[in-house]
Formats: sequence, structure tokens, C-alpha cells
Amino acid sequence: MHSVTLISATDFAGWRRAARHCVNMDVAPEHISWRVQGDVGSLFDSNLSSIEPTVESATAFTVPRSFLQLAELVILHRHAARFSVLYRLLWRLQREPQLMTLSVDEDVARANAMKDAVRRDIHKMKAFVRFREAPFTSPPRLIAWFEPQHHIVEAVAPFFMRRFPTLQWSILTPERSVHWDLKELRFGTGANKSEAPADDAAESLWLSYYASIFNPARLKVHTMQAHMPKRYWRNLPEAALIPHLIANATSRTEDMLHRTPAEPRRTRRPTRSSRTPSAAVSSNGDQDLDSLRTAVQGCRDCPLWKNATQAVFGEGRERAKIVFVGEQPGDQEDLAGRPFVGPAGKMLDRALVEAGVDRKLTYVTNAVKHFKFEPRGKRRIHKKPNEMEIAACNQWLQRELLAIKPTLIVALGATGARAVFGRATAIEKNRGRIIPSIEAAGGVHTTDVLVTVHPSYLLRVPPEDKQSAYERFVADLKLAQGYAGKR
Amino acid sequence: MNLDQKLRILADAAKYDASCASSGSSKRNSLGGSGIGSTEGNGICHSYAPDGRCISLLKILLTNFCIYDCHYCINRVSSNVPRARFAADEIIKLTLDFYSRNYIEGLFLSSGIIRDADYTMEQLVRVARELRETHDFRGYIHLKAIADASDALLAEAGRYADRVSVNVELASETSLHRLAPQKDAQTIKRSMASLREHIDESRSEPNAPRFAPGGQSTQVIVGADTTRDREILERSETLYSAYRLRRVYYSAFSPIPDASKLLPLQPAPLIREHRLYQADWLMRYYGFRSDELFDATEGMLDLEIDPKLAWALRHREQFPVDVNAGPREQLLRVPGLGVKTVERIIAARRVRRIHYDDLQRLHLPLKRSLPFIKVPGDRKRKIIDSSMLDSVLRPKQEQLSLLPVNA
Repeated sequence: MHSVTLISATDFAGWRRAARHCVNMDVAPEHISWRVQGDVGSLFDSNLSSIEPTVESATAFTVPRSFLQLAELVILHRHAARFSVLYRLLWRLQREPQLMTLSVDEDVARANAMKDAVRRDIHKMKAFVRFREAPFTSPPRLIAWFEPQHHIVEAVAPFFMRRFPTLQWSILTPERSVHWDLKELRFGTGANKSEAPADDAAESLWLSYYASIFNPARLKVHTMQAHMPKRYWRNLPEAALIPHLIANATSRTEDMLHRTPAEPRRTRRPTRSSRTPSAAVSSNGDQDLDSLRTAVQGCRDCPLWKNATQAVFGEGRERAKIVFVGEQPGDQEDLAGRPFVGPAGKMLDRALVEAGVDRKLTYVTNAVKHFKFEPRGKRRIHKKPNEMEIAACNQWLQRELLAIKPTLIVALGATGARAVFGRATAIEKNRGRIIPSIEAAGGVHTTDVLVTVHPSYLLRVPPEDKQSAYERFVADLKLAQGYAGKR
Repeated sequence: MNLDQKLRILADAAKYDASCASSGSSKRNSLGGSGIGSTEGNGICHSYAPDGRCISLLKILLTNFCIYDCHYCINRVSSNVPRARFAADEIIKLTLDFYSRNYIEGLFLSSGIIRDADYTMEQLVRVARELRETHDFRGYIHLKAIADASDALLAEAGRYADRVSVNVELASETSLHRLAPQKDAQTIKRSMASLREHIDESRSEPNAPRFAPGGQSTQVIVGADTTRDREILERSETLYSAYRLRRVYYSAFSPIPDASKLLPLQPAPLIREHRLYQADWLMRYYGFRSDELFDATEGMLDLEIDPKLAWALRHREQFPVDVNAGPREQLLRVPGLGVKTVERIIAARRVRRIHYDDLQRLHLPLKRSLPFIKVPGDRKRKIIDSSMLDSVLRPKQEQLSLLPVNA
């Protein structure tokens, strides 16, 4: 049997040296007795051979980082068995290197439970320390009295230093105390509650706040106590209010429920009766783009408005010769309220520059004005609009075209083409040529049409086809520019 | 009116906002600074009120004067509550005094609408700016954004605040229109969209100016109208995906002094709020979609049992899951198995087979989990197919009613 005497309750370095030494000598866990200097114990047991924890052991071995992190916290536990619990793990780790990932193991579970208790105590100390200003000190010093469950004062002190480096403060506990005087942390022996101030000027305001932020209509005393156990109450000034708040909660709530709603003392006309703009735009007469842009926000003709942020109307020159018709706004467009600003828009911009088309001189819009998507965690997955939605939204496209009267419509992709022609129109078969207006059904407009792919298609094609697909797209844009530029 | 009276009125007026989080912002402290304050990742609840809610922040309104008339709100223009307004300096002093006593993690500032949205927002931003710039305060700040305020003011708010939030208030647009006639659902969505754009931008590159490192959140009031849980959770799902919210808070409508005649007489059961939070959690961390949480007919969550257990009872064909072989996604769907437990099981089973006795050391609610898992050493007859399972796992009605309300 061996004994190790550590110099303090939290002497991690000493434990580490001694434990390493014992492992190297292959001392089984049950043959070591761990104690702390000054503690009463079986001091007179002369059968013990003492191991000096100051001796640096020759042979080094490694342990998983997860063990060290665990050990640093477990050693702060107040239970006397913490040293042997840790040594047992260390000893077993020599034979079972994966032991730390085995949380179902009895020894690991026990150490984890101790670690959790220490962590909780550290967290509660950060939360429940209450400073009071010491009277008649200059500069003012804030002093707190706190009773931790475990040996955590040294572990928590740096947190308060980082939080309050410009204030002078002390935290007193029964076993240790810590003081900050703007330069360094000083640790001292334990103190008495009477050494901390009994009151503070800010405290009555805090009590007022605590009483007022409480909602008597939702009493959940159990939840409160689970998070703020009673053992902490004696050092929390606000806790003195709790019995009173609970006792009156029911009557306060009943009172609210049974009082007949009072007539308002003063009334004011609503500043705005309704902000929903009307979608009912008369179908006859000229409508300028600005009033359409406002009106489309109120459109409820299909369900897509509900989940989208806003309708994304077309954008560009009022008297544009070319109007681009895409499918629908995407994630970025929906946020910004502007068409073709996302990845597909950037692709379009690049191709336009290459084709010599100035986007500012054109008008860019979509067949469907609201973003259709499926939520997937923190992303929205694009969903193709269906026929009903394209048809419901067509009124807006037709009004845009009527207002602009372009020379050429460029339909981008299948949805754009469907909206323009009023029926399914194959892209590959029809691209590369100007389709005279006679073929463009619907009859509302008499504009010639060019059909090409949607720029988002260029983002999806396999890498080996990217360049050629892009070049064909640019060629289509050049064709559009050449055609519209002449007229 | 003295400071204490103002504080009582303006804290009372702020308590219907459930959010009090102080976690997940940038890590920082005051070493080398001229003031106080730190946020180190974890939020800290400095106290708890008997309503079970955490008190992490000084949650107050700048003023409870308001030109809006939202029926569910204690501060609506037609309410007869006493009114007050803080001066910016009073809020700053309260924040710093409370913070230095370690009562709080920071400030949550909201306001009734005075004059107009921009004016109100400017007042809120001013308090945050002075705390940061004049006092070098590095604690947590949550600013409520006024939905109608200009984008420039939102941008400024995000520069000083850890979190900026806009409340959707009601999941149904029709209800919003009826109960909050001056609020506009689309304006609210646009503000959230704008916040997301700012947040995305600030994270796109390391040197981009800081914007609300704690992200944005929102709140939905539950039970003030007839909106079903299904619609509420669909709305949340959309909001999470569209605006990347950190949290949606559900606030069971609770009676307010001087209530409006348009509101229901009885408060929504708190358990409904609790079930919504559980369902929300399942959507965010357990891979559930909102439509999975409801059976074909009912649009409401079961109040008696939690939504995961309810789902499992409807999908018995997917159980039992083998603890030693089942994939993570399936283990996450077992009632009683949390994310952490599943991680532990998966780590442990790489080392050796997991036995019945091992589960006890993981502190599982075994009674709830066992019918749904297969584990060596479990001698009990599986009653997964039996109609008894329901009655075993559901709380006994008559026993429940014998318990006092808060026992």
C-alpha cells in the first residue's frame, strides 16, 4: 500500500506527477491512498509507504487529451474519491486506450458525473455571484459572498477578471477568497459572510426589476427551482421575494381574467387602415410600371405569396427594346426584392457583357413573381412553379410587356417560354432563331421572341460541357442584340 | 416619476417578450478595454423568476407609449396602463449598475412606437451606440428592430447589437391584420430579409464590418387566435429556412391587465407552448419536417405526450431500432434518446457492444425508450405492436388530475 499527499485540494500538478510515477511502477489503483495535506485521515497508518508527488518520473507516456480535460475538472470536485477515480481511469487507459469514448463504462460514467457537477457549479457561480459595493472605500470595491459546492474559486476567477478588469472586486467564499485590484488576481483563505457588505444601493432597483419582469399568469415554480436550486437562495437578494410573488400570483391572474375589458381612456384612429395594396388593377387603360410594381405586392391569385418575402417585379429601362423573361426569383432575389441578383443573375450579367448587351438598357423580369421553395433546415430549395402558378402570374407579365412594348422578348428557359407562348415550348428545337410574333400565341402582345436556356442551366451542366453551353448562350444573346439593335 | 417607478412600468411592459438568450455571440472580453463586459459563448441565466423564465438580460422598453393598437399587447394605444419613458442615460446607468453587480449579461431593449418607426429606432440605436462607444461596454445587447424602420437604421443597430430581432407576432397573416391593424406581415418579412442580408454579408469575409454576431430571432404568440399548431410550425420552418433565424420563440398568450375585447378570455395552456418548443427542437436538431409531426387529421400537437413519442406511436413499423447497429437518424427518432445520448451510444459502440446495463449509466428514461429499441440483455417482451403501449406510455388521466397544479 502506498500513500500520496497532495499540497492542496486542487493540486492537479501534484496529482499528475504522482499518478505518472505510480503508473510507471504499475501500482494498481486499489493500492494507493490519496490525501490532501492538512486533511484528517488515517494519518497514523504506518503501513503506508509514502510517494513524493514532487519526483519527476523518468518514463513518459501519453494520455488522450479528453482525459486531461476531464481530469482538470474532476479534481475540483469536493468528493475525497476524486483522486482515485481519476487514477483508476488513467491506469485502465494503459490497457484500454479507447476507454474515454466509452461513456457507458462505470468508471467513465462516474468521472463524467463528477465533471458535470463541477461544470454546473462553475456555471452557477458565474451566474449567481452578487456583488455589493463596500461602503466608505475609495476607489469603490465590489464584494461578493458566495458558497460554491466544489473547489472552483481558482477556476472561475479569471472569468470575472476578463469581465470586470476595470473594477476592483473581491469574491469571498468559506474556503477561498479572490481579489482583483486592476493588476493581478490574489487568492487568499476563506472568509465569513459578515465580511461582505450587507446591502447595496443598486439592489432595490434590482428587486423592483425582478418583481416586475415576473409574469404571474404563468407560474412554473418547478422549472425555476430546477435551474435555481434553493441552496443558492440565501445569497441571492431577489430570492427573498419569491414566496410573496408566488402567493399573490393566482389572485393577480384571476383579477386580470375576471375584470371586464375597460373602455379605452383615449382612442386614436389607426395610423394606417390597411397596408395591403390591391391587386385589382383595371385591365383597361395604360398602367405604368411603378403602379404595377406596387400592385403586384398585393397579389393573392396563387398561394406562393404566403411563404415568399415579397413579389419580385421586373427591373430595367421603361422603354427597353429587349425584355428578358426568366422563371422565378430565387433565394437572393426574394431577399433583395430585385430580379437576377443571385448566382444565375451573375451568370447572365457575365454573358451579357460578353455579348455586348448593356443590361441597363434592357428590362429583366420573371414568369412568376414569387419565389417557390421548400424549406430544408437553414436553406430554401428551389421548386419549379406549376402550370397553375405560371398562368395565375401571367397577368403581370402581360402588363409589363404592354407597358414596355419591346422589340424582342428573350425567353430564358422552359418556364419563361411557357409564359411567353402560353404553352410548353421546347428550348433546344426553337433556340437560335427569331420567332416572329405570329407564332407567339396569347395575342396580347405582338412582339418577336427569341428562346434560349436559363442562365441557371449553365451553372448545372457538367464541367466538360460548360464552355460550349456558355458560348451558345452568348451567341443567342448576340443574336438578340443584333436583331433588336437594328429596329 | 422616479427611476424605480419607471423601471417597474417598463419592465412589466417588456415581459411578454419571451426571448432572453445571451448565447452564441462573438467571444470577447474587456481585457485592455476601458469598460466592462464579456461574452464567452455560453449564455448565462443570472436568475429565474417563479414563471420559470430565465433572467439573463435587463429586458425593458425605452417607453410604453405607443401609437399602434395591437390587441394582444399591454402597451397598445387604447390600453389604460400607466405610461413612462426612460431617458437614454437612465437606461445606460441601469445597465452598467446591474451588470457590475453581476445581475445580468446585458441589455434587451425594445420600445413602443413613438412618433414613427424611424424616430423610435433611432432612440434604441442611440442607447446601444453610447453603451458601446462612450462606455466601451462589451456585454450582450439585444435590440428589437422596429419593422418599419429604414434599412440604414437596421444596419446601425446590427453594428452595436449582438442580436437584432423582429417579431412576426402571429403565424397567420389574417390574424395579424385583425389583431394588429397597423402591422404589416410583408414589412416584417422584408425586415427579416434585410437582417439576413446584413448578417450574411458580415460573415462572408473576415474583415467585413460586424453585424449582429448573435444572429436574429423572432417571436410568435400562441393561442390569441385560432391558428393551429401545424400552421405555426410550418411558418417556423419557413422562417428558419428563409431568414436563418437562430430561434423562434413561442409565447403562450397570457392574460394582460386591461385586455381587449377581441381576445380570448382564457389563456392558452402553457403545455401547448412547451409542446411547440419540443416540436421546434425536433425540426432543428432531429431531422423532423413539420408535416411529420402531425397525423392526417389533427393540426394540433398532443398535449399529453411529447411530439417525438407521438410520432413513434404512429410509426411503430419503424421500431425497434437496434442500439448496436441502427443508423444515427433512426436512433434520433427513438423516444427518450437525445442528441448527446445518441452521440455517446455511437462513440461507445465503436469500442464494444452495448448492453442493457450500459443504458442505465446513460441516464435514459428507460421506460419510455425500451419499447422502441433492441438491446442485448433486455428480457422484456416487446409490446411495440400491442395496443397496450399507448396506455403504458400515456400519463394516467385520473392520477394527473389529483396532483396540485404546480406539484
